[in-house]
Amino acid sequence: MLATLKGLVTTLAWAFRKPVTAQYPKQHLPIQPRYMGFPALLWDDTAGEPFCTGCMVCVRECPTQCMKAEMKDNPLQQEGKSHRRKIIERFEINWNRCILCGICVEVCNFDAIEMSHVHELGGYARAGSRVTLQELLKYGREFQERSGWKPSNPEKNVAGVALAKEKEKRQPAAAASRSEPASSNPSPGKES
Amino acid sequence: MTTEKQQETVELLLNMGPQHPATHGVFRMVLWIDGERVVDVEPHIGYLHRGSEKLCEGESYAQIVTLFDRLDYIANFNNELVVCRAAEKLMGVEVPERAQYIRVILCELNRIASHLLFYGTYGLDAGAMTPVLYAFRERERIQNLFEAVSGARMMHNFFRIGGVNEDVPPDFGQRVRRIMGELRRGMEECDRLLSFNEIFLSRTRGIGAIDAETAIDYGLTGPNLRACGVPYDVRKDDPYEVYDRLEFDVPVAEHGDCWDRYWLRVQEMYQSLHIVEQCLEQMPEGPVMAQLRRIARPPKGEVFVHCENPRGDLGVYLVSDGGPKPYRVKVRPPSFCSLMPLKHLMRGCYVADCVVILGSIDIVLGEVDR
Ligand code: SF4
Ligand code: SF4
Repeated sequence: MLATLKGLVTTLAWAFRKPVTAQYPKQHLPIQPRYMGFPALLWDDTAGEPFCTGCMVCVRECPTQCMKAEMKDNPLQQEGKSHRRKIIERFEINWNRCILCGICVEVCNFDAIEMSHVHELGGYARAGSRVTLQELLKYGREFQERSGWKPSNPEKNVAGVALAKEKEKRQPAAAASRSEPASSNPSPGKES
Repeated sequence: MTTEKQQETVELLLNMGPQHPATHGVFRMVLWIDGERVVDVEPHIGYLHRGSEKLCEGESYAQIVTLFDRLDYIANFNNELVVCRAAEKLMGVEVPERAQYIRVILCELNRIASHLLFYGTYGLDAGAMTPVLYAFRERERIQNLFEAVSGARMMHNFFRIGGVNEDVPPDFGQRVRRIMGELRRGMEECDRLLSFNEIFLSRTRGIGAIDAETAIDYGLTGPNLRACGVPYDVRKDDPYEVYDRLEFDVPVAEHGDCWDRYWLRVQEMYQSLHIVEQCLEQMPEGPVMAQLRRIARPPKGEVFVHCENPRGDLGVYLVSDGGPKPYRVKVRPPSFCSLMPLKHLMRGCYVADCVVILGSIDIVLGEVDR
């Protein structure tokens, strides 16, 4: 009997305290900075183009095979505005299939993809979660602005920095420039 | 004449599940009952079968970690640990010390989260509606911490072969300490609420008892075995990671009944807090990932690794042919073995006790069916 009363007192004490639950659609709990929402593509402001070169490493390493990518020659590189020889032409992620594992982010050599904070996927169309390049870039931009994202390897991946470095190299020895551009690196996913 | 025939007593066949709130997943039991007594029981499993073991053969080593996340989906970190350790053992990788401590902290917190979930749902099984709310409130603190560390509340994919994905955030130690204080208070509150409640005691004491010898014969491990008085714990008997440097007790009970199994898990939570405390003190600075090639390619060979899951002894048998994908992965799931003595436990009990017994062995169907 005593223990039952004890339990009763414990619950009664909570009648006078603030509730710990949040009323979800009205009230959103803050998400942590490292939160992994759906993957989105990032935008390189220094060249005015996406970071993604369409190298397909993420496509091959994704455990659910939910991505598609196609590359093309980069027109901006020919104009000398970017160091990327290839650029993404079409990209699609089926967010419905994505399991939010973050493997795509880990294998990307170009800092091009990041787990954004998007996580609410309500919609009316069944194919509504197949997001295209434009949408992915939009979500990526939002993420970049809100979180202050920084590329992990700017010397190689940010067009402005990489081009400046290239120029510096070219001035003393013009011959050295050929081996420099990073766009066609051997990809580590090739073995699989 | 006819009325007499209608009144003849026959055994009744009762279907419990697969969609039943008390089976903790999709699990079906066919019960033969005679009045209020259970004559026989037949478990049916496989409703959640996803072929994880087979899927592993088609995925690279980095990808199979995501599959292991989904085996025992209540204790994700513990599952990730065992498959990472299997690959590391095969490759002969030395994991940096800091990474080992991080792993142990996260695994122990996950054990608490898992036991809290057990505590809450077990209350529900026995007819107490309130404890589950308290348990979830406490579990939420741990889940939030996991989100801050790994980016996901469940299915973290945080452990890597050779370490962990990322170092913990700078305020990690502080945060864990705060959470531990809150958890301790919360767990004491939970204790007051349910553990010695008279109704709960009469529902669970002496119900579903199993003796040590039978339990070993059936292959029980973890809390279910320790509740019968066998102090078998992989963390002590075959220490992995840094457990040999940590000081903790292995609680044992003696009767092996439902209440013992419950009480043992409650005590284990306190032990886990104790382990986390020590880890925080001992954790060195340094790298969290071993220097490895980006694509893991263990050499040809086979290895068996087991770890102490919240549910028992989780083993992985891994065969590699030297390629980037495993040749064969076999999982020894503790929940599956816990389900084995079901007939032994349930024969002769009341129908209402079936739920209490099934709840007390704490199975996760994701792991039973794989
Ligand atoms: S790995 Fe990176 S650069 Fe290559 S296709 Fe994927 S997102 Fe683009
Ligand atoms: S997060 Fe994982 S499942 Fe989702 S797109 Fe990236 S690799 Fe694929």
